Amino acid sequence: MNSIIRFVSRLIQGPSSLADVHKFNGGVHPADHKQESTTRPIAKLAMPEKLTLPLRQHVGYIPKIKVHVGDHVLKGQMLAEAEGTVSAAIHAPTSGTVTAISEEIIPHPSGLPDMCITLTPDGKDTWGSSQPVDWRNTAKKDLVASLRLSGIVGLGGATFPTHIKVRADGKSPVHTLVINAAECEPYITCDDMLMRERADEIVKGIEIVQYLLGAENCVVGIEDNKPEASIAMSAACKALANVAVKVVPTLYPSGDARRLIHLLLGIEIPHDKRSTDVGVQVFNVATVLAIYRYFAFGEPAVSRIVTMTGSVNTPQNFEVLFGTPLQSLIAAAGGAKAGTTHYIMGGPMMGFDLPTIDVPITKAANCIIAATPDLFAPPPPAMPCIRCTRCAEACPVNLQPQELYWFSKSDNFEKARDYNLFDCIECGCCTYVCPSDIPLVQYYRYAKSEIIAADKAKEAADMARERNEFRLERIEREKLERAQKHAERAASAKPEGSKTEAATSEAKTTSEAEKIEAEKPANATNADDAKKAAIAAAVERAKALKLAAAQAQTTNNQEKAEVAPAESPNPADEQAKTADDQAKKDKQALIAAAIERAKAQKLAAAQAGAAPKNIENISPTVQAEINKIDTIREKAGLTTDSKDSD
Amino acid sequence: MLTALYIMIGLALVLGVVLGISALAFKVEGDPLVARIDAILPQTQCGQCGYPGCKPYAIAIAKGEADINQCPPGGDAGAHALADLMGVEYKPLNAEHGTPKPKSVAFIDENICIGCTLCIQACPVDAILGAAKHMHTIIASECTGCELCVAPCPVDCISMHPIMETPDNWKWKYPVIPIKALPATGSNASL
Repeated sequence: MNSIIRFVSRLIQGPSSLADVHKFNGGVHPADHKQESTTRPIAKLAMPEKLTLPLRQHVGYIPKIKVHVGDHVLKGQMLAEAEGTVSAAIHAPTSGTVTAISEEIIPHPSGLPDMCITLTPDGKDTWGSSQPVDWRNTAKKDLVASLRLSGIVGLGGATFPTHIKVRADGKSPVHTLVINAAECEPYITCDDMLMRERADEIVKGIEIVQYLLGAENCVVGIEDNKPEASIAMSAACKALANVAVKVVPTLYPSGDARRLIHLLLGIEIPHDKRSTDVGVQVFNVATVLAIYRYFAFGEPAVSRIVTMTGSVNTPQNFEVLFGTPLQSLIAAAGGAKAGTTHYIMGGPMMGFDLPTIDVPITKAANCIIAATPDLFAPPPPAMPCIRCTRCAEACPVNLQPQELYWFSKSDNFEKARDYNLFDCIECGCCTYVCPSDIPLVQYYRYAKSEIIAADKAKEAADMARERNEFRLERIEREKLERAQKHAERAASAKPEGSKTEAATSEAKTTSEAEKIEAEKPANATNADDAKKAAIAAAVERAKALKLAAAQAQTTNNQEKAEVAPAESPNPADEQAKTADDQAKKDKQALIAAAIERAKAQKLAAAQAGAAPKNIENISPTVQAEINKIDTIREKAGLTTDSKDSD
Repeated sequence: MLTALYIMIGLALVLGVVLGISALAFKVEGDPLVARIDAILPQTQCGQCGYPGCKPYAIAIAKGEADINQCPPGGDAGAHALADLMGVEYKPLNAEHGTPKPKSVAFIDENICIGCTLCIQACPVDAILGAAKHMHTIIASECTGCELCVAPCPVDCISMHPIMETPDNWKWKYPVIPIKALPATGSNASL
């Protein structure tokens, strides 16, 4: 049955070059609006007054700045160097002076500022040392390393650093190179114009990339709404045996890498695999040209073709230096028409509204659309989902957009992930066909960034847990080590210590400590006991030391009082010392006075009578007892107080 | 009849041995419930819950000693997740233990720092680098924002800086459909 339908449809369509092209599910046919900007050739933009180069122009790590404010740089000189694997360098688009390295608003959906290098051109546009590379006679490894310095990224809009894509990572070899020239989004014509005007250079670039990848075959995929471009490319490719130009039917999003591979080669890449796993690598047509210019003329990534279209007076493609203010581009296109409300970077399907007009053109900017409410009517209020599943029919990735919508809307992120939310390419087909005008892609973007943020937080939490556990372990280990060290020191230091210590009390405590120490090794296997013993010993030692110190201090004080005015070299010290001594003297004087008083009292008592006062009327028995005690005293050699005081 | 009995007894013995061996071989180390609670906790190690870290709090929850609403950094979502896991009713965060704050990192004013190492000892995740009498600095990527280093600083040189939104950590917002008042037309006015 199916074959009959296919046969009939083939009959209706008639024989065409599309016959050997496969088909993917879904896709939409938005009005393409391409003819507006293809009537004029690519123009060069006048040198702007300043260039603002954001460091974040590609996917991956931020490059490292190599210049300082005030430096004079030449065209093509590296301003920032690729750092990390996935990163790209940034070069001076013209000669001039670095006037600022600061945070500026960048063309990003967030509208947030980010680090930028501002360059003021000197108007001379002098090239620095550009070194062409003889790629045919250079090792591939060196070519890839050299490409890393070029700053070239995927110019289709994804801005993935190119040197990563060509490096041979030892995995499945690439047999087919696919050149993406589909340019399926409405309004965008930069690749179309590039192919019309520079097909020869593109083909030379294809040769280089084929050599780098070791790909025997190459297929150029062009949508059938660009006949001039496909004719130009076919003519240019004639010289090369293994390069074929294939025209694919116009259907958004055939320019998506996986969709294009499916269209051209009939290979459907599993969702968890890369295209290189099936031996296919995809390059944008403008990227290939940039690679050619880099190797043939030593020109790094300094400019790109940008389509300036929409509500401007003369929509046109321009060769724009990176960092050029958007306003210069708008002015070059004859200025914006009245009623322009905002500007869209990228196409109307996947692009985003620019936060302000004061943003620079970056490596990702393939198209700028001046938007008016007539061209892009504000979306009508979203109605409830009616479960019509038109989105599922339109989805080129064969997802279930309505399910993803419900999960994303209700923050049921785990479920959304289970339904392969991350396979969504955000092409906007579902939003385009939705009869309820639900902004589906916005929900997916929201869910994706929430999931990514949650994953990052989880990673950070895991790291914090690990570090905390490690820290606790370390503290415990250090405690044990310290206790052990104390025990060892106590065991080895005590015998020496007891010799020097004179006080008996101290000797006693140390011997006690020693006893504990001695007992300890017997059952030393128990670390806790050892620790406790060590602590006890330490406490004892500290007590003994305190006691000794107290004793020493009292004796010291007396000695010091005699030696008192010691000479010291520092007058301030001396002062402090004399003050100290004075205090000590006062104290000693007080003590001496107290002793004197006590003695005086004793003396007074003695003078009042060596014998007690009530000796007159004592009974004979009491007198006998007194006599008895006196004799004992005399025998013992103890003198009475009265005698002593004499 | 007897053979059947022997077979059954034999089977029981064999299975018993298999079960016994597997119980030894696949023994679960630690308390899986504590690990699951700990996985929900944000690992800030701030001690706002009243326990000296996230793990002790997890153990306390597992034992039933602590409530599920004592973790301000975990926020409402954390309390919900804990309630789900423990099978108890959700409770809003207990204000006694603090209120959720935007995530921040500590920052040491290096001109004021005297190099006393007190903050290093206080940091639960070893995110402060420095040595005695040398300047200290925070490893921002490791800092959990627990604020435990702020109090011990004798010269008050540590401040908490909320993490700013950058193009790197920026998130797409939940789609909101703006509600616009329709301009009052003639027909509306007549209504």
